[in-house]
Amino acid sequence: MTLEVTLRHRLGDFAIDAAFRSDGGLTALFGRSGAGKTTLVNVIGGLIRPQWARISVDGRPLVDSDRGIFLPPHRRRLGYVFQEGRLFPHLTVRQNLLYGRWFAPAVSRKADIGRVVEMLGIGDILERSPGRLSGGEKQRVAIGRALLAGPQILLMDEPLASLDDARKAEILPYIERLRDEARVPIVYVSHSVAEVARLATTVVLLEDGKVVATGPVSEVMARAELYPAADRAEASAILEARIEGHDSADGVTRLASEAGLFRVPLIADPVGSHVRLRVRARDVMLALHRPEGISALNLLPGTVETLGGDEGPVANLRLRCGQATLVAQVTRKSIRDLGLAPGRAVFAVVKSVTFEPRGMGHFGDDAPNGGFGGDTPNGGSGGDTPSGGARS
Amino acid sequence: MLDFLTDQELTAVKLSLRVAFWAMAASLPFGVFVAMLLARGRFWGKSLLNGLVHLPLILPPVVTGYLLLLLFGRRGPIGEFLDTNFGIVFAFRWTGAALACAVMGFPLLVRAIRLSIEAVDRRLEEAAGTLGANPGWIFLTVTLPLILPGIIAGMILAFAKAMGEFGATITFVSNIPGETQTLPSAIYTFTQVPGGDAGALRLTAISVVVSLGALIASEILARRVSRRIGAL
Repeated sequence: MTLEVTLRHRLGDFAIDAAFRSDGGLTALFGRSGAGKTTLVNVIGGLIRPQWARISVDGRPLVDSDRGIFLPPHRRRLGYVFQEGRLFPHLTVRQNLLYGRWFAPAVSRKADIGRVVEMLGIGDILERSPGRLSGGEKQRVAIGRALLAGPQILLMDEPLASLDDARKAEILPYIERLRDEARVPIVYVSHSVAEVARLATTVVLLEDGKVVATGPVSEVMARAELYPAADRAEASAILEARIEGHDSADGVTRLASEAGLFRVPLIADPVGSHVRLRVRARDVMLALHRPEGISALNLLPGTVETLGGDEGPVANLRLRCGQATLVAQVTRKSIRDLGLAPGRAVFAVVKSVTFEPRGMGHFGDDAPNGGFGGDTPNGGSGGDTPSGGARS
Repeated sequence: MLDFLTDQELTAVKLSLRVAFWAMAASLPFGVFVAMLLARGRFWGKSLLNGLVHLPLILPPVVTGYLLLLLFGRRGPIGEFLDTNFGIVFAFRWTGAALACAVMGFPLLVRAIRLSIEAVDRRLEEAAGTLGANPGWIFLTVTLPLILPGIIAGMILAFAKAMGEFGATITFVSNIPGETQTLPSAIYTFTQVPGGDAGALRLTAISVVVSLGALIASEILARRVSRRIGAL
């Protein structure tokens, strides 16, 4: 499934001139508010008629201004999950879910309501009316409703923005399941680094209506220069890891990643399952020699790749560790004192790893904090899960 | 049950109910259509249409009735056309009374429906579109259910107005017992003849009861509907 989008659109002073392509998975349209993300996704969904655009799904044109094609929304077969849910108040949850099926062509009705209901955990609220649902439940129903219309692509416009952190944490795993199990390509609008780091396969970074970067999530998220100055420290390495084993005596779980082996406090997911790690630049220290007598569990040998930009007192270094790239936030003074330069061998001391296994919860590498669920995969550490992470 | 009424009174009550029902039912589709046009449409002459719809509210009813007579009378341009082509006659028939009542109640009907259309969250209609519903289905499955309370309110208002319409009706179709003598016309007639007071009073009581009943029914219906819609 390939979505291709090229768009030129002007609204008063604001102009969008953007192009991107998605080949399945979850494509995050990422950027600050006002960057044009929602306009872009509304154009794809057919809610805004663009001045000039060419949009196609697997070669089927949805919009082609040069050829005078503009399919109305109901003929695009795209599911749309809105920020505010937009459930029909006069229908029950079940009727809401089935609404789109009515209009879907017979071939796409294979989306099985039982499976979707089970996947989203909404079996108990089917007969309720939307007015009586919590924000998180509403959003799950909205996702199910869009999914059951048999869409070729699912558009999600900040689906978590109106929810508090606990509700966000409740929904994130469902979106992950959607990405991995439902196999519907997703275009996901967000301004949250944590959401994008956790969910995205591909990132399209937008700024003032223009695409400034696009690529696999691990690549885009590590490029510190793409972050606004205040958020540079949010630059992160995104690593896919596999649970290699549990040392229950020591209470640690070993995670194998491309950057090397990580040790984190014991988690409940079975050996062999996958987790996505996020290592933030500000959580990585550098040492010239293997440090001794240090509480951090995770020491990774690597080589300096680049020193990062040259403005400001702080730089984001890129390190090559194994097959992956880590970013580390270091002061200019340290760079000078340590004589850091490209090619220099160093040890990365990782103070904290943020990650979300299948269930939920976040874990530090050396400081078990209240709430990490050693024995409950769904153990709600709730709170600030999306961007959380224990610090040493 | 209505033994205490004379034949003439009973006929007037039945006729009024029939006239009011048809005035309401026949104008409803037009009312929804015009309300949609006024609430959503953007076209040249919108203010003119709006003025035209509300005109019967402002004009003296006698004037409205006279205009109807000019247009829909046997010699009137529309009346003659309908008579020769479709055999539909309004002049001095109960159908004419229904037409007069419909025209007089139309502004109330349109106004109630228009307000409820303007209150509809259009983002819900957008959502229905993304789920595959074309504009026709969106209207039937989302817009219509959401404006139902307004439609009911408008219907009741139109019905009540029709039950009480006097000026336009009597001007357009006169006051023929059994054909165009509606409840208000009958009351008027009774007050014009010696010893008619008792009949006038009985019909007045019925008029009050019917109007109150209509109001209460609308209240109950509207409450039931808005509960189903789930207290937006």
